[in-house]
Amino acid sequence: MDLILVNLIDGLVTGLLLFMLSAGLTLIFSMMGVLNFAHASFYMLGAYFAYQVSVYLGFWMGLLIAPPLVGVLGALVERYGLRRVHQYGHVPELIFTFGLALLIEEVVQFIWGKDQMPYAIPEILNFTAFAIAGNSIPAYKVFMIFISVAIFIALLYVLTRTRVGMIIQAALTYPRTVEALGHNVPLVFMGVFGVGTALAGVAGVIAGPVLSTFPGMAVVLGSIVFVTIVIGGLGSLWGALVASLLIGWIITFAKSYNIRMEDILTGIGIEKPADLSESLIRDLWTVTSPQIADILPYLLMVLILVFRPYGLFGKRDA
Amino acid sequence: MTETSYKTRAERPPLISVAGALPWLIATLFLVLMPVIFPSNSALTIMNQMAITIVFALAYNMLLGQGGMLSFGHAVFMGVGGFMCVHIMNYVEDFELPLPLPLLPVFGGLFGMGLALIVGAFSTRKAGTVFAMISLGVGELIAACSVIIVAFFGGEEGVSGDRTYGLPVFGIEFLHQIEVYYLTAFWLILSALLMYLFSRTPIGRMANAVRDNPERAEFLGYSARWVRFYSFVASGFFAGVAGGLFAINYEILTEENLNLAQSGAILLVTFLGGVGVFFGPIIGAIVFTLLQSVLSLQTEIWQLYLGMLFVLTVMYFPGGLAGVIMMHVIPLRLGKAHLLVMPYIRTLIPAAVGILGLAAVLEILFHIRHAALGDEEMTLFWTTFDSHSPIPLVIAIVAMVAGFWLAKRGAPGLAEAWHRANTPDGVKA
Repeated sequence: MDLILVNLIDGLVTGLLLFMLSAGLTLIFSMMGVLNFAHASFYMLGAYFAYQVSVYLGFWMGLLIAPPLVGVLGALVERYGLRRVHQYGHVPELIFTFGLALLIEEVVQFIWGKDQMPYAIPEILNFTAFAIAGNSIPAYKVFMIFISVAIFIALLYVLTRTRVGMIIQAALTYPRTVEALGHNVPLVFMGVFGVGTALAGVAGVIAGPVLSTFPGMAVVLGSIVFVTIVIGGLGSLWGALVASLLIGWIITFAKSYNIRMEDILTGIGIEKPADLSESLIRDLWTVTSPQIADILPYLLMVLILVFRPYGLFGKRDA
Repeated sequence: MTETSYKTRAERPPLISVAGALPWLIATLFLVLMPVIFPSNSALTIMNQMAITIVFALAYNMLLGQGGMLSFGHAVFMGVGGFMCVHIMNYVEDFELPLPLPLLPVFGGLFGMGLALIVGAFSTRKAGTVFAMISLGVGELIAACSVIIVAFFGGEEGVSGDRTYGLPVFGIEFLHQIEVYYLTAFWLILSALLMYLFSRTPIGRMANAVRDNPERAEFLGYSARWVRFYSFVASGFFAGVAGGLFAINYEILTEENLNLAQSGAILLVTFLGGVGVFFGPIIGAIVFTLLQSVLSLQTEIWQLYLGMLFVLTVMYFPGGLAGVIMMHVIPLRLGKAHLLVMPYIRTLIPAAVGILGLAAVLEILFHIRHAALGDEEMTLFWTTFDSHSPIPLVIAIVAMVAGFWLAKRGAPGLAEAWHRANTPDGVKA
């Protein structure tokens, strides 16, 4: 029981982290209809920028400075890159963001090298917040949960309760009408892209110290973020939240409970062959849940796309 | 009179014409003669790699260019075909079956096609973003499986075989690189020809129609989904053939042949070459392989250059290299290509200087940041200098800025010349 609670908290941290990325991504998608392949690269840039700032000014200034920097960079990419490619159609846009992801990874390696950065949790948060049945929960995890929830509430407030949010929502469905009313829709798009990438930057800043800051961090998380918004339904903020938490918990539980295929198969009454070494399906018998934890999201996504192509909460076919 | 004109129109162009067959004959001759011109082993290795990449890129372009389907997991089909071929190689060796090596790529193709049949059954229902996402998911899924299903994929170290098994074919044992080269070249020509002919069949034409306007194609009575499915399966077959060639050439396949990086690389190759024209991916594969093998010897940051080149291509030349070449067809037909020579010289030479300057700046900065402590000497463009002194950096920056500035100044002249070269005589511009 206690272990379940610990896993719930761990899964929540992973899920909320995913959500910070998928929220921006899904918002950008619903506005411009383009899946930003480079979204996780902005997350990586957030971590690297924050590390560089923290070397001189400490962790907290990093948390403050890095996300706006990433956001400005994202807005520039939208203004001078994406807007140009937009005229060629959606597929070139997707290819452009894919190329951008490659380029950002190379640029990061060019500046910071291939090694992991010594980006660490700040001293002030480096203690155990509380313990459940001998499993200690570090204060940093509590801090991560706090930040992500705060951002989610702020985002929800801005989108549903403010004038800017109203314009954004209107521009989602009727961009031409909004433009006719005198609003600068391209500027709104640029702003949304900037804010979305800045959110990814925040995720990078707070995830960098725990998930380690290295040039491969974008690739590790990148595809999972895609999977998340596809499962949640492209363009749905609530869907992104539910799917993020779902994936966070699935991965955490699969990793911490060692469920073996052998037990399942014998459980449903299949006899284990005496000699496995020559059998072609020997791997089926030896598979354990921690082994397949990382591919479960992909499996889920393929199933969702086959049976419910618009995702859990999606309203429209992508 | 009316009857004759009707007749001439109804006559279909012959399937094989001299003009149509000429490029293929030249290409064949070229492939046969290449080892005579470049007989060294390293050149043969590069050419083999090039040939495999060409087959794979052409197969990929059946999806992207001709079918309008963007796949982020196409390496899977090549990889599975290759893995299967290595297994067959080992199997034939163990049981001494009479299967000659040159036929092996067929099996690679069949298994690539088999997998494409399964995946395509659900992934081709939609094009665009949904297709891209499913291909990404399936690709990641199978790539991740390769570490788990050790019996087939061999886990981390992969599966390896030996191509010199069994009976020699006409006395050839495929011990030497040159024999493998001719085998690869034969399959290259055969599969390229088949893929070209596929693009001329009604189903290949319908693939183009579905790419451009699926709704209208459906109104004409074609199922967009099945048209996509057939292209997908055919593309899976040729990707599998490329996998079989890879297996013969390298005798080992690992997880790296399946993952996203590999799928991304083939997207890059195909797009750089140009997706709009049949020979585009061929150019892309040749240029990419050359860049990869030549540039990677010269500099550590070649992937940075490649990434820049790719992003700039997507932004400014969505037609790729082949698109740039095809742009010159009209001026050539009008006999006005000479108008472009001077403006090209005036823009491209400064641009080249600017690019070299930029490269020098990047190389110097990279050396300052990442060279071992105390190692301040670097060699660039055949000159050796101290990377920490400001003079070389200043020279490089000046070259870069001056080059780009001059190129930018020449650009309006080029645009005007371009316009004139594309306007037929007698038409007021």
